Amino acid sequence: MSEPIRFHFDVDGDNFSSAGEASVQVKRMLRQIGISPDVIRKVSVAMYEGEINMVIHANGGDADVIVEPNKITIVLKDVGPGIADINLAMQEGYSTAPENVRSLGFGAGMGLPNMKRYTDDMKIESEVGVGTTVTMTVLF
Amino acid sequence: MTVNELIDKLELEVLNLEEGDRQIEGGYTGDLLSWVMGRAQSGDMWVTIMTNVNVIAVASLVDCACVVIAENAEIGDEVIAKAKAQGINLLRTPLSSYKICNEQILL
Repeated sequence: MSEPIRFHFDVDGDNFSSAGEASVQVKRMLRQIGISPDVIRKVSVAMYEGEINMVIHANGGDADVIVEPNKITIVLKDVGPGIADINLAMQEGYSTAPENVRSLGFGAGMGLPNMKRYTDDMKIESEVGVGTTVTMTVLF
Repeated sequence: MTVNELIDKLELEVLNLEEGDRQIEGGYTGDLLSWVMGRAQSGDMWVTIMTNVNVIAVASLVDCACVVIAENAEIGDEVIAKAKAQGINLLRTPLSSYKICNEQILL
């Protein structure tokens, strides 16, 4: 595997039910190229939480997954409202998700903490009114 | 214990069965999906009262052995179809989450 393998997905902001399609597809493709189940779990859970965040808060966005010989990078980019206080958003239990989202079992304030927990590195770049880009790396 | 054995012993309703000989290695119960994704382990029996389509995505990503819907919670055909499409063992019981976990532990 010399050249990185890249996957790109448009995350549909209108359809809560289809949120997770990209993560499930990534899971399948990583399995096909022989990535270990442990790494697949980390990548797909982190990406799913990110997808859900983009659907809840940012009306969707772009998801890119780059597979290299020793790491997988996930880049989630949206043009949503941005995150005013990233430290606060990173606290377990803190959520600004609306009630309808909570009734689906989301909005527990665990999304960003889970993304951090499941990856070896996570960087959030966000500007209020402009958008958010989250870059996560899983090493193996 | 396999999923098939669990179904037999606890008289579970089968909504979708793809891999009946999958081993159940542990268990987890919870309805907050992010919490489940953070804590449940591959090979778990996951017990929940949540029945929306996102449950199937979470089950797939966590790689649980089966999902057991407690309290006979109503579940839509589209969710069962999704379980079929993604190869998720989806079961249901009239028992509460507490009781089904207790019975499973006693097996």
